[in-house]
Amino acid sequence: MSTLAVTTTLNGETVTFLCEPHETLLTALRDRLMLTGTKEGCSNGNCGACNVILDGTLVNSCLVLAAEVDGHQITTIEGIAGPNGLHPLQTSFLENAALQCGICTPGFIVASKALLDKNPQPTEREVRHWLAGNLCRCTGYDKIVRAVLEAASAGATKE
Amino acid sequence: MTQSNGFKVIGTRPVRHDGVDKVTGRALYGADVRLNGQLYGAMLRSPHAHARIVAIDTSEAAAVPGVKAIVTGADLPHVGDQIADIGEGAVNLRHLSANILAGRKALYFGHAIAAVAATSLTAAQQAVNKIKVTWEELPPVLNLRDAMAAGAAPLHPDVFTDELGEKSTTPSNIAEHLRHEKGDIAAGFAEAEVVVEREFVTGTVHQGYIEPHSATVQWNADGQLTVYCSTQGAFGVRREMSEILGVPISHVKVVPTEIGGGFGGKLNVYLEPVCALLSRKAGGRPVKMTMSRADVLAATGPTSASIVRVKLGARRDGTLTAAQAWMAFEAGAFPGSPVGSAAGVILAPYDIPNVVIDGFDVLCNKPKANAYRAPGGTNAAYAAESMIDELARALKMGPIEIRLKNAAREGTRRADGPVFPRIGFVETLEALLHHPHFQSRLERATGSRRRGRGIAAGFWFNWGGTSSASAQVNPDGTVALSEGSTDIGGTRTSIAMQLAESIGIPVNLVKPQVVDTDSVGYNDATGGSRTTFATGMVAYELGQKLREELIAHAARQFEVEAAAVRFEDGAFRTDGKPPLSYFDVCGALRDTGGEIVASVSMRTKGEGPAFGAHLVDVEVDIETGKVKILRYTAAQDVGRAIYPPFVEGQIQGGVAQGVGWALNEEYLYDKAGHMLNAGFLDYRMPTALDLPMIEALIVEVPNPRHPYGVRGVGEVPIVPPAGAVANAIFDALGVRMTELPMSPARNIAALAAAGVAA
Repeated sequence: MSTLAVTTTLNGETVTFLCEPHETLLTALRDRLMLTGTKEGCSNGNCGACNVILDGTLVNSCLVLAAEVDGHQITTIEGIAGPNGLHPLQTSFLENAALQCGICTPGFIVASKALLDKNPQPTEREVRHWLAGNLCRCTGYDKIVRAVLEAASAGATKE
Repeated sequence: MTQSNGFKVIGTRPVRHDGVDKVTGRALYGADVRLNGQLYGAMLRSPHAHARIVAIDTSEAAAVPGVKAIVTGADLPHVGDQIADIGEGAVNLRHLSANILAGRKALYFGHAIAAVAATSLTAAQQAVNKIKVTWEELPPVLNLRDAMAAGAAPLHPDVFTDELGEKSTTPSNIAEHLRHEKGDIAAGFAEAEVVVEREFVTGTVHQGYIEPHSATVQWNADGQLTVYCSTQGAFGVRREMSEILGVPISHVKVVPTEIGGGFGGKLNVYLEPVCALLSRKAGGRPVKMTMSRADVLAATGPTSASIVRVKLGARRDGTLTAAQAWMAFEAGAFPGSPVGSAAGVILAPYDIPNVVIDGFDVLCNKPKANAYRAPGGTNAAYAAESMIDELARALKMGPIEIRLKNAAREGTRRADGPVFPRIGFVETLEALLHHPHFQSRLERATGSRRRGRGIAAGFWFNWGGTSSASAQVNPDGTVALSEGSTDIGGTRTSIAMQLAESIGIPVNLVKPQVVDTDSVGYNDATGGSRTTFATGMVAYELGQKLREELIAHAARQFEVEAAAVRFEDGAFRTDGKPPLSYFDVCGALRDTGGEIVASVSMRTKGEGPAFGAHLVDVEVDIETGKVKILRYTAAQDVGRAIYPPFVEGQIQGGVAQGVGWALNEEYLYDKAGHMLNAGFLDYRMPTALDLPMIEALIVEVPNPRHPYGVRGVGEVPIVPPAGAVANAIFDALGVRMTELPMSPARNIAALAAAGVAA
């Protein structure tokens, strides 16, 4: 197998990295690019801890091959906060105590951003439906759903 | 500003100190560790539930390019029988060692057999696939009834039943039979006018933390071992590493990372000793190993499947006269199920004069059972609370009425011995009784959908244990707090709040950090709902010491006796002189007697037992068997809520886990003992779509033995949900569900058996 060179736009910056053909985007982000904010919970698309935004679409980075992102745009949890501070979703998660252990939090915040980018004023049902691909074992989801709804009502739309 | 609870900090809602790191992806968890020159580890696991290891040939694996070390069970030093209490239960270190890497036999599907360290994960995995094991398959024992049957083949030749404290002489899969007795059970049932009795079965479930186990270990040429891992208790890891590897405890330093959930499943080591052995064989290069989700489910965690029988006797007025419980818990491949705590929990909410409780710890070819949030409590309360419900219905009493009539109070003696101190079970039931949810009418649905309402109670002991912490006052008035309690859900903040309250400063001036085992005194693990209680008690004492020293410094600046100085509202005051601000005193420490540093270590006493009472409305579709949770209210006496949103979060999270246990979660095995659902798709935990908002009703009956009244929160809320949901299903259908999970298929079968047609 030959090593591949991949050039992509990652959190707004052009980066080039090497990877094996079988390597997932999750592995490349964590082990090649040292962006460990994207978490591995299951590596088969069931928990959402590795959520990233690929060309505006929410994906599980464990189900995307690293080689596939050549020429595409990726946003990870490290790219959610802006130069002026935290994204309103991040602030809302903190103010609503919407995290306990925090391992699922990056995935939830990335997923929630993708939701609000498409649907700035979701209902509780829509939030629950959208976030059904993200597992949290600590919170019972109550405060997460509230945090997303509160960020939405405060106008956390596309940056 | 002082709040209505009389405190300035306790009960407020600051942003947690580690919050920004956790919402930006900067917080480092177990798998985020990366050391220079590190190797990657991979594990070979048993494909059989029960098999003798005849031979292991690693020659082909060793030839894979990049492979630096291979270890098997033969590389572990011999460990004798030693019982170590590492938090939520005692463990025999010899069994723990055999669980790390199998010895002569693989005892469950997924049992670790051998491991490889290589320069890449791919090479390590390729090498693992080339390890050749010669197996001699043995018939597995996969459930309680088979394991306990007369003539069942024993898993271990050296496990003998501990029969009420006496060792038997023939090997058995029943590792222990324990009993609690109170009063005269025969007389109690003779006095009863109504008797109900039933047997309940629960499946094997997993804690389900989202972060898989990960460890990175370096065994240096000077003998020093450094362990980076995600654990509930760094000092427990240090002890286990020392014992399993046969090295002095001083040679082991454990650096805890952030932890992505544990719930009891991250108390013991799994990967750490293997990484250590690989590191030593690889000349001291650090070795990192991370489990896959399949490994986590197949080889760690789970908590016990169980059979629980409960018999209750009462007079017509609802007074309980006698209760008998019999319970058997799967321990998995090694002794040590949570049957002991289950036996303590099962009837604890009630004042019953005549009680017998029998518990059995039973071996079978499944992974070694571990603690899971209120270990054994959910299994026990599911049965007991179902029977309290059945009794109430037989007596035509309300579900809260019958519980209030028999509620344990201060002075009630539990069947397992202890007498309750001040507890708040009555207050908790009354809070639920007066809540709008209980006062509301449940609208009965029509057609194939049936609705019902259920109530169940739950108890947990809570625990104190040993905690240590140290603190220093910085020139800018901040206080650096070094603690050794794993922060699994916000305890940096709940402990910092108690320190701030004790000193009399705002919480944002406290800078808490969780440090390694060489940098703080001993701490028991985060478990048993102990951290906010016990480490909080240490923080209180630490705060008092710092406050006293600060006052002494201010007194020197004032040139008066310390007794003449008061610290109020951020300023030091003495009569006849202008006040000194807190920051002025902190900035001048060097000139007024030197720096302020303090340490406190306490073996705490006075933990506060706690109770919850849950109310749930469900809707059952009798065509599909699916149960939907419509509304959930969980009342709990927490003693004092230090950080109310985290208290609510603990209650909500416990309810969610309990609902998953009640409705979906269960290990599935084929007849040969292969786990069939070792993934999150098929081991189905609740998602955001499966649950409504969960109302946490905080009841505060302060624990008089804690400076701020804390009892502990985390465990109680997982105890009642299965019983509450089962009682709600009965209310909806008139069918008593006697097996967990109450999955659609099981509900349909139960409806068919009861003759309820869709």
